[in-house]
Amino acid sequence: MAILVFAEHSNAVLNQATARAVAAATKIGGDIHVLVAGHQARPAAEAAARIVGVTKVLLADAPALEHPVAETVAPLLAKLAAGYSHVLAPATTTGKNVLPRVAAQLDVAQISEIVGVESADTFVRTIYAGNALATVQSQDAIKVITVRTTAFDAPGEGGNAAIESTDAPAGSEIARFVSQEVAKSERPELTAARVVVSGGRGMGNGDNFKILDALADKLGAAVGASRAAVDAGFVPNDYQVGQTGKIVAPELYVAVGISGAIQHLAGMKDSKIIVAINKDEEAPIFQVADYGIVGDLFKLVPELTEELGK
Amino acid sequence: MKVLVAVKRVVDYNVKVRVKADQSGVDIADVKFSMNPFDEIAIEEAVRLKEKGVATEVIAVSMGVAQCQETLRTALAMGADRAIHVQSDAELQPLAVAKLLKAICDKEQPQLVILGKQAIDDDCNQTGQMLAALAGWSQGTFASKVEISGSDISVIREVDGGLQTVALKLPAIVTTDLRLNEPRYATLPNIMKAKKKPLDAVTPEALGVDVTPRLKTLKVTEPPKRKGGIKVKTIGELVDKLKNEARVI
Repeated sequence: MAILVFAEHSNAVLNQATARAVAAATKIGGDIHVLVAGHQARPAAEAAARIVGVTKVLLADAPALEHPVAETVAPLLAKLAAGYSHVLAPATTTGKNVLPRVAAQLDVAQISEIVGVESADTFVRTIYAGNALATVQSQDAIKVITVRTTAFDAPGEGGNAAIESTDAPAGSEIARFVSQEVAKSERPELTAARVVVSGGRGMGNGDNFKILDALADKLGAAVGASRAAVDAGFVPNDYQVGQTGKIVAPELYVAVGISGAIQHLAGMKDSKIIVAINKDEEAPIFQVADYGIVGDLFKLVPELTEELGK
Repeated sequence: MKVLVAVKRVVDYNVKVRVKADQSGVDIADVKFSMNPFDEIAIEEAVRLKEKGVATEVIAVSMGVAQCQETLRTALAMGADRAIHVQSDAELQPLAVAKLLKAICDKEQPQLVILGKQAIDDDCNQTGQMLAALAGWSQGTFASKVEISGSDISVIREVDGGLQTVALKLPAIVTTDLRLNEPRYATLPNIMKAKKKPLDAVTPEALGVDVTPRLKTLKVTEPPKRKGGIKVKTIGELVDKLKNEARVI
């Protein structure tokens, strides 16, 4: 039995989500190969080779793969999949975009965002915004799986897997990458941050997120938001924490002006410590918060920032 | 050009579902159902394309039990021209739904299929991508902006850490993200009009699709409950707890 893990990377840098998908593969058991599909992506391949548990890295390197679209990489993965029992990818926007296309090409089901491995064919995943856990068994010969990265701890480095070249596909004729606007930020990435500070509808407007920025700077935190705040246009969608946004599980999550709708809780309830700041003492967020404080966030947040600076 | 939109009937997003005692699933008796919120955005986008003169016809499709026809009537009231109901009492998993949609695409020949990026019941986020694979079409998933000119479609996608633009050739699949648009409410006159719009029913058998589930649900359980903690009175107390009790700062 061998498992193929589809690496998430930016050619020069391997995304940490890949290591977490490898962790899920380790729980399944078997040889673990990682596919790095990119252009001038040897640094990413070398980083993948160092992940403990990885036995081989396949490097598909071609200009057409610099910013690969699903239409280009899915056929490559589907072709390679014939030699594997499982194909895994982290449940990032890339993994979510590509893997169902691979599964359909193979005529197999996909098991989305697993949070647990019971056996080689049985997995645990959340449904209904995390309000229920489903244990599902696959009947297919090849299991195509995306991995919720917050549910698996990244294995260490120190491996020394061989890197093998594999044929890269030609570019797609029906789909082309045009551009990517990466939000510029000095802060850690939301899903990888040790501390996350999030704002909700209670922030009132986008400008008021500045007070969260100041707090986040003090804590070395990433800034997130509830869907309500995104819906209201306060902040861009890539801030969104929740069922339909990002799933985070930092050491410390500070929810500011967030009521705690089911869909938001789905994205952060696995955080180690949750702090809630809200003026409504009945807000559901207090039911999951380790430490709650009732009051005016516009007074409390600057006070907290100041206190932390002491 | 024709635009096809897939809509799913799901437990309303405001309902907190309960797991059944026998662990066979969640209790969906007597709960409110609505159209999957991302599918409302899909219908809205298609109707706007028609209003702009880009689309000539908007066809809404739903799969499942008889009550899916209510969801289709909502789609018609929002502005879809006609509806197709694939009637089945079986559990329809994403691969089966994608195959059913592919069969309908073969018949209807739309240039664009719009779907929600995920349904809020099974949270799978698969069907659009699977349909694109089966049809051999391009895909613009998690779309926050869609522009069509001639046989080209430009899609701005919501990706981790920012926005990505892709240029696709039609026919294409688009799946909707939150910021693509704000769906309209169906007005009473439009709800009345929707009752007269055509709604055809077909079966998976008639479409020649085997919908046997590939994943078997062994059990459904409650997630571990997180216990609420304490309320603190002052910021000083909060910082003290975080430093000395939780030790996270």
